[in-house]
Amino acid sequence: MNREQLLFKNRRPGETVFLAGYRATGGYQSLQQALRDLTPEALRQRVKDSNLRGRGGAGFPTGVKWNFFPADQPGPKYLVCNCDEMEPGTYKDGELLLADPHQLVEGMILSAFALQTDIGYIFIRYAYAQQAENLRRAIVEATEAGFLGQNILGSGFNFELHLHSSAGRYILGEETALLNGLEGKRPNPRLKPPFPAVKGLFGRPTTVNNVETLANIQHIVSGGAEWFRALALTEEGSGTKLYGLSGHLNRTECFELPVGMPLRQLIEEFGAGVWRGRKFKACLPGGASTPYLTAEHLDVALDFDSLEAVGSRFGTAGVTVFDDRTCMVAATLNLIRFFARESCGWCTPCRDGLTMVRWLLETIETGQGTPEHLEMLKDQLQQISGNSFCALAEGAMGPVAGLLTHFEQEIIDHLEKGRCPFQ
Amino acid sequence: MAQEENEPPVGLLAEEEIAAFIQHAGELEHPREMIIDLLRAIQNNRGWVPDAGVELTAAILGLTALEVEEVATFYDKIYRRPVGRYPIHICDSICCWSRGGEEIANHLLQKLGIEMGQTSSDGLFTLLPSCCLGGCGRAPGLMIGRQFHGQLTIERVDELIEQLRQEDCA
Repeated sequence: MNREQLLFKNRRPGETVFLAGYRATGGYQSLQQALRDLTPEALRQRVKDSNLRGRGGAGFPTGVKWNFFPADQPGPKYLVCNCDEMEPGTYKDGELLLADPHQLVEGMILSAFALQTDIGYIFIRYAYAQQAENLRRAIVEATEAGFLGQNILGSGFNFELHLHSSAGRYILGEETALLNGLEGKRPNPRLKPPFPAVKGLFGRPTTVNNVETLANIQHIVSGGAEWFRALALTEEGSGTKLYGLSGHLNRTECFELPVGMPLRQLIEEFGAGVWRGRKFKACLPGGASTPYLTAEHLDVALDFDSLEAVGSRFGTAGVTVFDDRTCMVAATLNLIRFFARESCGWCTPCRDGLTMVRWLLETIETGQGTPEHLEMLKDQLQQISGNSFCALAEGAMGPVAGLLTHFEQEIIDHLEKGRCPFQ
Repeated sequence: MAQEENEPPVGLLAEEEIAAFIQHAGELEHPREMIIDLLRAIQNNRGWVPDAGVELTAAILGLTALEVEEVATFYDKIYRRPVGRYPIHICDSICCWSRGGEEIANHLLQKLGIEMGQTSSDGLFTLLPSCCLGGCGRAPGLMIGRQFHGQLTIERVDELIEQLRQEDCA
């Protein structure tokens, strides 16, 4: 297996690489190359050919998203980087910005050139104070070096980059809520359509991309679309992925590995196996909103299509592992408490539905459940999925769907024993 | 509006800060985008955002107090009530939960003699539940002010609290 390091190539424990270090390993050469040799259209085409898919969780093809964007429309247009990263189990973007903030800055300048936007915002979460500090310095350095600002490298292209530090709440990761947050409005999600590409920040065309997505662009420019696709272990996949390991593993760190890693290898080789000599029971493969995988899925390739085929999602590739002493009702209750609390309250399926699901899981976990509660839980899954205003409630029901698919017997054990069988 | 403290509008922002914010607002096409920056500046100076801070923000940005309030109350890291000198955000999301986060939280509650959301009697610590802090690889974790502390044990938490108590005495 190749261990090609694109995003983490400059990463050293406890260190941050700034402009000199970034340039020493080829940083900003892609920007020079693109401004010299590529038209915005050619750059967009190369990203489309690379089959890069969004790294923020949804996995939408970046080139397709960019094709919706009216790059030739005159007037203000915006590129927004989503660095809210509040999906539990997900810390990859934070790790990247601790190690090498210019990866994002160069990626954003190239993306802005491709989309012909002259203003960019990085929306960064409250908890990433050090990462925000690193970005502030990187933006100053890039401006002084002539990579940001007016007439970049004599190309006539202008791009200014701003940093917005947020103040909490998971819903801000939803792109239209994020735009309201940036504008200083109450950050409820917006109705789509119109999509941000048509009417986004301040009512103008806007593209919102994840940190890791944007940081891949300079590598696609330098290596080419074909090379990028070949980095993945799966036929249909492309590129590398930052996998953040957490939960019941001996080693819970973040690794850059090919898209398409088999789950077993990730757990055994990189996670150093399940902790305390215990057995693998389940995992969330890509953050809190992705349905569980179980031991029967250990040989599945971690990629978008292969995980959808087994009823889950690649998500953010934040892999949270549970050992065989974990109560999956309790784990799901923890996840639902998170989603119910973070609901913005705008729509009824999310505001009331998730509260109802929380109550049902609490009732079952504390041994007071009856078969009727199990039926109600199944009913809520039907009622909430597909009926909420944005994707939050849909995602929240991911682990509930996984619980009902793979661990219904565990729920029944709670009902029959009148207590949690793991306590 | 949140808890009335009847505090006069002093110490929210220095005169120079107000002037700088007004100037910056004048340069922006959409000054409203500064709401969080203003609220955070007030919170940095005052520890929290009293009603007068909401009103001051509204006045600087040409908004109604309600327009500021609906934003201020949305975010959990804008404090609309007084907090202790060291607000502690303890992560209760799945990765921290899987590695003993609940025990750490219960220990802290007992040690500080408070319930979640309350402030210790010495006025030093407010314990607040928080969603994922992005330290999933170093779970369980918490944040004191803006500093993240991971791989917590009961002993490590005791050390952190003692350290801050001593700093306060110094």
